[in-house]
Amino acid sequence: MSAEKEPLFSSKNIKLLTEPLNDSNPITVQVLGICSALAVTVKVKPAFVMALSVVVVMAVSNVVISLLRKTVPPRIRIIVQLVVIAAMVILVDQVLKAFLFDISKQLSVFVGLIITNCIIMGRLEAFALSNKPWQSFLDGLGNAAGYGVILIIVAFFRELLGSGTVWGYKVIPESVYDFGYENNGLMILPPMALIVVGAIIWVQRARNKKLVESN
Amino acid sequence: MENLVNIFVKSVFIDNMIFAYFLGMCSYLAVSKTVKTSTGLGIAVIFVLGFTVPVDYLIHNYLLKEGALVWISDSFADVDLSFLSFIIFIAIIASMVQLVEMIIEKFSPTLYNSLGIFLPLIAVNCAILGGSLFMQEREYNNIAEATVFGLGSGVGWFLAIVGIAAIREKIRYSNVPDPLKGLGITFIITGLMGIAFMGFMGIKL
Repeated sequence: MSAEKEPLFSSKNIKLLTEPLNDSNPITVQVLGICSALAVTVKVKPAFVMALSVVVVMAVSNVVISLLRKTVPPRIRIIVQLVVIAAMVILVDQVLKAFLFDISKQLSVFVGLIITNCIIMGRLEAFALSNKPWQSFLDGLGNAAGYGVILIIVAFFRELLGSGTVWGYKVIPESVYDFGYENNGLMILPPMALIVVGAIIWVQRARNKKLVESN
Repeated sequence: MENLVNIFVKSVFIDNMIFAYFLGMCSYLAVSKTVKTSTGLGIAVIFVLGFTVPVDYLIHNYLLKEGALVWISDSFADVDLSFLSFIIFIAIIASMVQLVEMIIEKFSPTLYNSLGIFLPLIAVNCAILGGSLFMQEREYNNIAEATVFGLGSGVGWFLAIVGIAAIREKIRYSNVPDPLKGLGITFIITGLMGIAFMGFMGIKL
């Protein structure tokens, strides 16, 4: 009665990790997790910390829910999911406050808002509830990584064009400033994040015709 | 009174939940295909925010924040339960949404059917939890201010989603380049609307 045990890193499992990075990217394709992707991307450092926090919360919640999937009654599953996610987020929040206080202040309410980050709930419902722990772990890791990639790309452009720095280090040399170049103040403002993501979607869909919406 | 009007106008136009803070974007993008569903969802969000922010204000001030429990006994003066706020706020929001769902199902079954899965998804709408968390961060002075903030945020969200729905209905017949159709152009238009709303930033009442 024993089924063939799938190797830990079989091609199917690796796909769980790599697909969300491009073809089924949570932000640009699945349209999940937009809120925090736009708000914390003014500079690369907070975006990176946010992405890391989401990776931790997603990976652990996916594994926990997957382990509990046979014992949770369907009626209260949303409450159980919310409790697991909230507990993890409280943990991450306390760790951030303890070790990375100034970044935690920059992220302010958005760490708490990881609870309502649709990616986490969405993947719990769509995957962890019906799959084994190791697959759920990889799926959580992959989707959080896909989310993180977009975050860092947007933050990179916004910080580079908006303040001339990357991760706090000045990248654009003084000579370019003397020439008349000015930092694009509009990039630091929230609406530009939306337009940068729109541009990313444009590039992604132009390269991958399958993702184009027909209406 | 003037303070209340100030807070209301500020949360509708200047601190707009969508354009300034990007909260509630997922349902905003997904439901804004027609004006009818957007109006329905927007009104539901106003309701939920208008109720949960004051309730969470009471809970925060009399239960959770540091020194809040002194009304039980003076020895609790340095008890700080604010780390529980996430779980408790979410619980309140989930129950409020359940209530709103039952009310809508009773009074307008057509709206209930057209909103579908997005009604229960208000519970994880970041705008709702965000409203309570902002209220907690900004430390409003009394419950009237907190309520006005909640209602204002809801109205701001409502304006945003109805606006983008109206625009999306119109551009369905425009010449949008293929890769931008649907999601891409919505992002860009929302960005432009955000820039427009920033024009309200300097207003002082």
